[in-house]
Amino acid sequence: MSEATSMLTTSDGRPLKAALARAQGRARRRAFLLVAPLLLFIVITFIVPIGQMLHRSVYHDGLSANAPAVGAWFAANPVGTEPDEAAYAALAEDFKAMKANKTAGIAGTRVNYTLPETRSLFTATARGADKLAPPYRQAFLALDEKWARPEVWEAMRSASSAYTADFYLISVDLERAADGSIQRVPENTRIYVYLFVKTFLLSGLITIACLVLAFPVAHLLAVLPMRKANLLMICVLLPFWTSLLVRTTSWIVVLQGQGIVNDTLIALGIISEDGRLAMMYNQTGTIIVMTHVLLPFMILPLYSVMKTIPPSYARAARSLGATSWTTFRRIYLPQTLPGIGAGALLVFILAVGYYITPALVGGADGQLISNFIDFHMDKSNWSLAAALSAMLLAGVLVLYWLYDRLIGIDNLKLG
Amino acid sequence: MKKLLILTTALSTAAFAAQAQDLTVMSWGGAYGAAQTEAHVKPWAAATGNGAVMLDSDNPATPIKAMVEAGNVTIDVASIEYADAIRLCDEGLLEPIDMAMLPAGSDGTPAADDFLPGAVTECGVSTDIWANIYAYDTTKLTGTVPTTAADFFDLEKFPGKRGLKKGAKAVLEFALMGDGVAPADVYATLGTPEGLDRAFAKLDSIKSEVVWWEAGAQPPQLLADGEVVMTTAYNGRIFNAAVGEGKPFQIVWDGQVYENEMYAVPKGAPNKDKAMEFIAYATSTEGLRAQAQQISYGPARKSAMLEELIYKDGKTVMAPNLPTAPANLANALESSFEFWVDKDAELNERFNAWLATN
Repeated sequence: MSEATSMLTTSDGRPLKAALARAQGRARRRAFLLVAPLLLFIVITFIVPIGQMLHRSVYHDGLSANAPAVGAWFAANPVGTEPDEAAYAALAEDFKAMKANKTAGIAGTRVNYTLPETRSLFTATARGADKLAPPYRQAFLALDEKWARPEVWEAMRSASSAYTADFYLISVDLERAADGSIQRVPENTRIYVYLFVKTFLLSGLITIACLVLAFPVAHLLAVLPMRKANLLMICVLLPFWTSLLVRTTSWIVVLQGQGIVNDTLIALGIISEDGRLAMMYNQTGTIIVMTHVLLPFMILPLYSVMKTIPPSYARAARSLGATSWTTFRRIYLPQTLPGIGAGALLVFILAVGYYITPALVGGADGQLISNFIDFHMDKSNWSLAAALSAMLLAGVLVLYWLYDRLIGIDNLKLG
Repeated sequence: MKKLLILTTALSTAAFAAQAQDLTVMSWGGAYGAAQTEAHVKPWAAATGNGAVMLDSDNPATPIKAMVEAGNVTIDVASIEYADAIRLCDEGLLEPIDMAMLPAGSDGTPAADDFLPGAVTECGVSTDIWANIYAYDTTKLTGTVPTTAADFFDLEKFPGKRGLKKGAKAVLEFALMGDGVAPADVYATLGTPEGLDRAFAKLDSIKSEVVWWEAGAQPPQLLADGEVVMTTAYNGRIFNAAVGEGKPFQIVWDGQVYENEMYAVPKGAPNKDKAMEFIAYATSTEGLRAQAQQISYGPARKSAMLEELIYKDGKTVMAPNLPTAPANLANALESSFEFWVDKDAELNERFNAWLATN
């Protein structure tokens, strides 16, 4: 038998294998075309922005783009070189360009992140850039004595490369010393490590509070007769559908110093006028309000899992002599684990990135890391905001990975 | 199909173009935004036949950088703080303003001489002079009433919660003046590490009693709710609550920190020419007077003070209620933009750390 005759062909003589591959390929392409809009949407609205954010956290070309000449000088001379006349000449060239392009503020802002109080040095020098003439060193010192200080040059060197780890250093409360080594920032400006720890701890606490409150409610929803369960479900969903801002401000009305709770307690004689409880504009306020706001995200996955647990299992356990506690612990609880896992993960991840509620009710000590990311966005320090966001993202991914290792992501059931 | 596409594209572009004709002004909302809307936006639209809208923001300087960098500027005029007008201008994010386009004063004085010193900068024109003051509720504090900056920090004499703006600017200055530093020495003191520690130590002394506010509309609300016995605030917000809404609020001018508020045009504003026309209109003698009749912020033109200013209620004389009234300037500090442009990042970092950790 020859090769040609052994090969299966279609009726029009083409090899069957090729024809099949073509037909399947067409089907695959069609399937891909159906998915393409979503894929494109995710890439444009999710992958690209996150990539941009990560890029921004290590990239700031404020100085490098606007002062190329002095950048070249830094590249040619190693760390610790005393700035010579050539360096000052390069700087003068850059300043003339910066004055013409009005970019001294941008360059100064970048250096200011590394060494405070240098921004005005840049803008003032740019204003006087026309007066810069050889010998340049004297000309610069005549404008401002600070130009002789080595730390200014060290800060400029560190800023002269567009790619930098400086913003990650700041976001873990570290800084570069004058000799290039890394040290912790002075104690009275340490804040971010504390805030990251606090954000994760508070989020954990809120998750636990949500679980404790949601579990009985979800159980009740699952076992009540349809009519009553529907009514209860509406009570759960109604606040869920209400605007977040409305819910948060309602809590302010309830919990504030002159609020409903305090007034009631005073009317009942439980506390005195001077002993009004501070439940708002502090950490307590953040915990109470966030727990309430995030509660439905715990109830709904729990409910959807509990609904599918046949009551006969528990009855079987009881009939075999288990106490109600043992039945709950050994039979019911393990079956609700996928719901607990889903709800806890959902609430925790939402809480870690929560912004508006702590901003409104958190006062001074109830602020989370996201409030500070927002603060730096406001202050136009986007690189630091991006670095803090990237740290937060990394933290959540690590927890997600841990969850997958410990419980398994396949055990997640959202509904 | 192709025709249809071209047609719809053309139509939607036309729709966008029509929308872009409207001048968009962004300000601080609340009583202040309302004052600028009544005094500037509406009359300008009526006088020129252009559309104009007012948008609110907690701080209109914030979105400008994002808009300019993204190449998607949607606002034409922003009302921003003085230090921000300098900073954004240095970074090339604002359009320069041609002093020559500003009209002469009502008495014929050229604009350059009519404006108070510093009221016109490279990229901004002053719309008013406003102040950070503190105020209390006269029905809650009877008998001895607070009269000095030091009283604000005296928890023994005046027990109760205090409202303070959440941010370093104007708060650190106020703390030093509350500690007895003369206004002339405030920035020199604040520039030294010891002086800075002194300011934070003063804030420490009331920290447990402070309710922090962020938006200008909050402090009158905190006072009205009885959440605080006294609070710092923007003076116009308290004035409007007191005179406009009849609230029993009293302003303490001792230790006030005042500055110019600037109209500025973001780089690449869609209606740049109209924005400039708007600024010229709004900062004319009449424009500044019209705003000062809505809210108690002082006009920055000498000619605007030649005739007596009367509040919109038709009877309250504005002069004694303005930050620039001689009686109110007795122990007052002009906010230093040089100081804040430079140290804003550093001091806010320290302030945040202080706020969040202790």
